[in-house]
Amino acid sequence: MSIQETLQDSKLQLAIYTATGRLMDHRANAISPELLPRYQEMRQHAHDLKKHTIENLDHYMEEFEKNVIAHGGKVVFCKDATEVSDFILRLAKERGAHLFVKSKSMTSEEIDLNERMEHHGLEPVETDLGEYIIQLAHQKPYHIVAPALHMTRFQVADLFTEKLGVPREEVIEEQTMIARRVLREKFLAADIGITGANFLVADSGAVVVVENEGNARLTSSAPKIHIAVAGMEKLIPRAQDLAVMLGLLGRSATGQALTSYTSILSGPKRPGEVDGPEEFYVVLLDAGRTKLLEDPEKRESLYCIRCGACLNHCPVYRKIGGHNYPWVYSGPIGKILAPQFKGLMADPWLPFASSLCGVCAEVCPVKIDIPRVLLQLRSEITEEKQRTNQGGLERLAFKAFAWAMRRPWIYEWGGMMGAGLLGNGGRWISELPIAPGPVKAWLSQRHLPAPAVRSFREQWRARRTK
Amino acid sequence: MSREFILGRVRSALDRKTGQVVPPPPPVWLLDTDWTLEEKLASFKEKLERLAGVVHMADSPENAREIVASLITGKTAVVSNATLLADLGITRLPGVTVAGQDSEQSRKLCAECSFGITGAAFALAQTGTLVMRANSQEARLVSLLPPLHVAVVRKEQLIVDLDELLTKIPKPVEDSSSMVLITGPSRTGDIEQILVRGVHGPGVVHVVFL
Ligand code: SF4
Repeated sequence: MSIQETLQDSKLQLAIYTATGRLMDHRANAISPELLPRYQEMRQHAHDLKKHTIENLDHYMEEFEKNVIAHGGKVVFCKDATEVSDFILRLAKERGAHLFVKSKSMTSEEIDLNERMEHHGLEPVETDLGEYIIQLAHQKPYHIVAPALHMTRFQVADLFTEKLGVPREEVIEEQTMIARRVLREKFLAADIGITGANFLVADSGAVVVVENEGNARLTSSAPKIHIAVAGMEKLIPRAQDLAVMLGLLGRSATGQALTSYTSILSGPKRPGEVDGPEEFYVVLLDAGRTKLLEDPEKRESLYCIRCGACLNHCPVYRKIGGHNYPWVYSGPIGKILAPQFKGLMADPWLPFASSLCGVCAEVCPVKIDIPRVLLQLRSEITEEKQRTNQGGLERLAFKAFAWAMRRPWIYEWGGMMGAGLLGNGGRWISELPIAPGPVKAWLSQRHLPAPAVRSFREQWRARRTK
Repeated sequence: MSREFILGRVRSALDRKTGQVVPPPPPVWLLDTDWTLEEKLASFKEKLERLAGVVHMADSPENAREIVASLITGKTAVVSNATLLADLGITRLPGVTVAGQDSEQSRKLCAECSFGITGAAFALAQTGTLVMRANSQEARLVSLLPPLHVAVVRKEQLIVDLDELLTKIPKPVEDSSSMVLITGPSRTGDIEQILVRGVHGPGVVHVVFL
């Protein structure tokens, strides 16, 4: 669905607005000074912690690995998506594994893990309700916290009937129970469970998974093998840092001081423990992260704890929704991650599609200065365009604009002419009979505001002469 | 596979040498809040009830057993190996089976029973949270697979918050593979943001304080 179609779909607009609005309210309530007087201090502390960890990441990666090994697990360093799927395929082959249960992981979305596994005949099943719906519908998550935010109960009813062969069911509670039944069987039959990680704790060799449904607990506890797939930026130094980090994550995401379940896991089941996996692996993924580390100016993009608050508050995300961003990470954080992971010129328009209102930086629990990084990316893109001689037309137009603005008589004359043309609220500009191409594309997204009946300059003159 | 390659790239990106000393991280920040037992009980109850959990106060071991018995009447229950539960006589209630030490057996029971009955390592007053650690007494699946969860907790195990927990246990997975914080029932809002409980884990959580 294109941006235009999203904007014109009033039901979808309402769904996005209500969902993000509710999440905004929950967050605002949870961080209110009465409930959390130390909120701003916590943000600064979390920022400092992430900054310290990222700037000494090699040290914490090694410490983490050492502790995972001490607890009987293994760390698998993967430089890209292919290495992750190679590792999983090899393990599956060695263990005769076929059925995988998965709990929500943006990192695995990032590397298209499901597609890769399916391609090799394995069966990965998403178990978070929203992710399960998205997987059945062959879509990408709409939001990093609420993946099926855009779907209605009626669409879910159609989907379940079509894909699961169950009688049509429009009651949300019943739909949820259908998913519970289907997925419960998968949990009990699965050979391997794959989770993501919200945090990796260096001093404990621990993977921390935060959730509300219990599917991540099942994924990490029911099958004989647990694999956690995580970007290496998820590290924090000490388990004791979790008090601040968990407190910020839950409140920023959904307004919960703690979500229903927080699992802190390290290694396979220890001697004497009744149940738990027999093998435990952590995949530490690079896939572009080391490249990002090289730039001290933009490195802070890696502090993100994926709370989704910047999406919920973003006036652009709230209009265009999650699927109009070119990558799995949408919203403000997606705008700064995509160019740095996929290449600056892959979607050169992306960092420009922002009003730089700054609300993302204001709500970010780890204080990432997203607008500053956006500006940095913009200037890099502009430089790149100049270097390769693109975007000449736009530059020319702005030059002409600047020239006219410095000459009041032209400006005033233009204003008078313009007033006559603005009968339809400035829409004519997007309807100009111009051949398709960059100018047309540029204009099609822009409307002029209607000018005042008497311009400011006219009013000013009238006052002065009174 | 790519271990050396990645670590090398990270170091060169950060301009660090192998084994280079790390400046001290920001100090650990854990608050020390002092609450009376009454304050802790009141807070735990309020927080858990807000999440549709149920809190019971037992005034004697017999009373604790009676409360559990009345909750599970006519239903099946799997009971963890916690000594407390055996001491209270909960393991001898009708309809109850002990999880035992065999992983397959325990899992099968958990998949079939209506109730899972456990102890807890701690309870956090600030959030209405149960702290579960996997060990020979507590299997992971007892508080997870059955649709209803009952936890019996001694009042001494009630502490203020996560800060106090991490002060007491700075390394939560040093001697157990898993520490899980349970705050209320399993829930989802993934379809139209309508709250539904019990999507994968227990939809009902009872806590009996003794
Ligand atoms: S950038 Fe900040 S606000 Fe946005 S998802 Fe990441 S942590 Fe949350």
